Amino acid sequence: MPISYYLALSAVLFGLGVIGFIFKRNIITIFMSIELMLNAVNLAFIAFGRALGQLQGQVFVFFVVVVAAAEAAVGLAIVIVIARNRHSLNVERINLLKL
Amino acid sequence: MTDAAAQSILLVSVIKVVVLLFLVLTAVAYLVWFERKVAAHLQGRWGPYRVGPHGLLQPLADGAKFLLKEDATPAGVDRFLYFGAPLLTMTLAISAIAMIPFGPASIHIFGVATPLVVANINVGLLAIFAITSVGVYGVALAGWSSNSKYSLLGGLRSSAQMISYELSLTLSVVGILLLAGTFNLSDLIRSQDGFSWGFLPKWNLLNPTFPQILGFFCYFVAAIAETNRAPFDLAEAESELVAGYHTEYSSFKFAMFFLGEYASMITVACLASILFLGGWLSPFPQTPGLDWTRYLPAGVLAAAGVALILDGVRHPPFGRIVLPLLGAVLFALSFLCSRPGVIDDIQGPFWFLAKILLVLFVYVWVRWTLPRFRYDQLMRFGWKFLFPVALLNVVLTSLAVVMRK
Amino acid sequence: MTGQLAIFLILAAIAVAGAVNVILQRHPIHSAISLITVMIALAGLFLLLESEFIAAVQIIVYAGAIMVLFVFVIMLLNAGVEERTNMSRMARYAGVPLAIFFLIELAYQVGAATSSMTPQPAAEGVTRGLSMLLFQDFVFPFELTSILILIAILGALVLAQRSEGVSAKGGQEKIT
Repeated sequence: MPISYYLALSAVLFGLGVIGFIFKRNIITIFMSIELMLNAVNLAFIAFGRALGQLQGQVFVFFVVVVAAAEAAVGLAIVIVIARNRHSLNVERINLLKL
Repeated sequence: MTDAAAQSILLVSVIKVVVLLFLVLTAVAYLVWFERKVAAHLQGRWGPYRVGPHGLLQPLADGAKFLLKEDATPAGVDRFLYFGAPLLTMTLAISAIAMIPFGPASIHIFGVATPLVVANINVGLLAIFAITSVGVYGVALAGWSSNSKYSLLGGLRSSAQMISYELSLTLSVVGILLLAGTFNLSDLIRSQDGFSWGFLPKWNLLNPTFPQILGFFCYFVAAIAETNRAPFDLAEAESELVAGYHTEYSSFKFAMFFLGEYASMITVACLASILFLGGWLSPFPQTPGLDWTRYLPAGVLAAAGVALILDGVRHPPFGRIVLPLLGAVLFALSFLCSRPGVIDDIQGPFWFLAKILLVLFVYVWVRWTLPRFRYDQLMRFGWKFLFPVALLNVVLTSLAVVMRK
Repeated sequence: MTGQLAIFLILAAIAVAGAVNVILQRHPIHSAISLITVMIALAGLFLLLESEFIAAVQIIVYAGAIMVLFVFVIMLLNAGVEERTNMSRMARYAGVPLAIFFLIELAYQVGAATSSMTPQPAAEGVTRGLSMLLFQDFVFPFELTSILILIAILGALVLAQRSEGVSAKGGQEKIT
């Protein structure tokens, strides 16, 4: 089972995350595309770890998961504040700093 | 491995899955009967008595009722999630039982020796917790997709309660992992083998290094809260938020939620007896003086058979025939079991079943004895009392393990 | 076709279908459910790569806690479907094909560059080795992450509080 299959899948998922991040307008969906990108990177880490026979890949995935949890908590709190103040979850409406 | 060997293993696994599925569904149906009977006797009445002798056909009647009721779908529901949530709950609840080992020995199906567990995963304990974690979605999505304020509030409250107590549930088990050093459920049971001072079994509840009494208390309370049972059932009790997250569900979809709840009860009871009460290990040391305890399973079967025969003759015609027949079958089975080869195979599953029944009895007893918690009391209890107690258990256990070395 | 390849293809198909669904669905809750499916498929792929502990952690933490947070926020904010606006002509005719081409090209290049790597067995038991690494070589980042989580909890609590003077705007309005 060659590792390059897993890495190609990871690249596809990462690309889909980027596409979602660029094309979608709902903040929460954009946030979920970021989580998709993080998951794709996790898969790449584990695949490389298995290819090199080391466990450091899994240690890093552990840390990525923890940091993603912290980031999701704070990010969603910010989303709640934005939704309360601008009464909209559309990123194009959050444009007070625009010139 | 060769193709033929792989195929036969696959076939054996499929057979085990089918048998387990059948057993679990029957067990869940009769657990409902068991609860109604125990609740009734606790309240000084008889419970189901007329539908079949001693109400034993009541689950069949309930099943028929659920299947034949009108299946009303409210307007404005999110169709995919409304139909998917009960399916998710029931599927996850039943799949968790795949990791439970029922006995030590291997049985032979079609010439392949296979252990008495469907999936002997190395991280079996973590897998069960993973399935419980995803089970939160069944509740949250059911509440949200029903397009009703009672359902939404009940669903949010239930899922918040479940994720809060999930933390204490997982932490209360860490003490055992420190003592045993493995996630594999069969190895966890084997590490509890032996008797300290010759007569006290080395179950994790009475562990010689550090008895996990605190852990057991934490686990049991967190398990009751996790499965949304009284006294933590504010989010689904009838006198509170109508019926919480399953208000808008009728007939078979409600039956699926019901099945899911009782199946997760069975899973939690199985885990409690594996982790704390020694699983399929017998509580009696096999010294020459206590050798007769090996024949206890056969003895229990014989006693049950005789009791059924003596009781059966007092019933109206249907019971008068079926019960003594059942009693005679059990009595004959007891003679079959007391043969040397079979009695050793039966030991493990018998003791496991006895412990599960004990834990389930306490579960039902607690439900019908204690009053309900208010929601804020519930959350405060979970975060400010149970979580620190679980942490304390971890600290004390690790101290004991280090000092023992 | 060996069993491993078959399972890989099934899980990969589920993952890619889920990821595409995250983008295509208009209601955030359906995107969230699709993302949960992707995560569970990825956990299966981790199991294929013999990382059983990380697979369990992925389901318990990522799919079972972080995504629950997402789902709660979507429910509490009463998020509705995204408004249907047409993409600009540039996005529709140049953007989407370029995006798909970028995707395929990236996957091909990554696959071709690493085609010589093969899986190697780990030296010792996965969980044991992982815990040795975490508590010996990586103990400092491990303790730092606990402080990070504490900061995140406090930050989220402070940010999401309702301030005293603001009147809560109730009603059935959907926030889109």
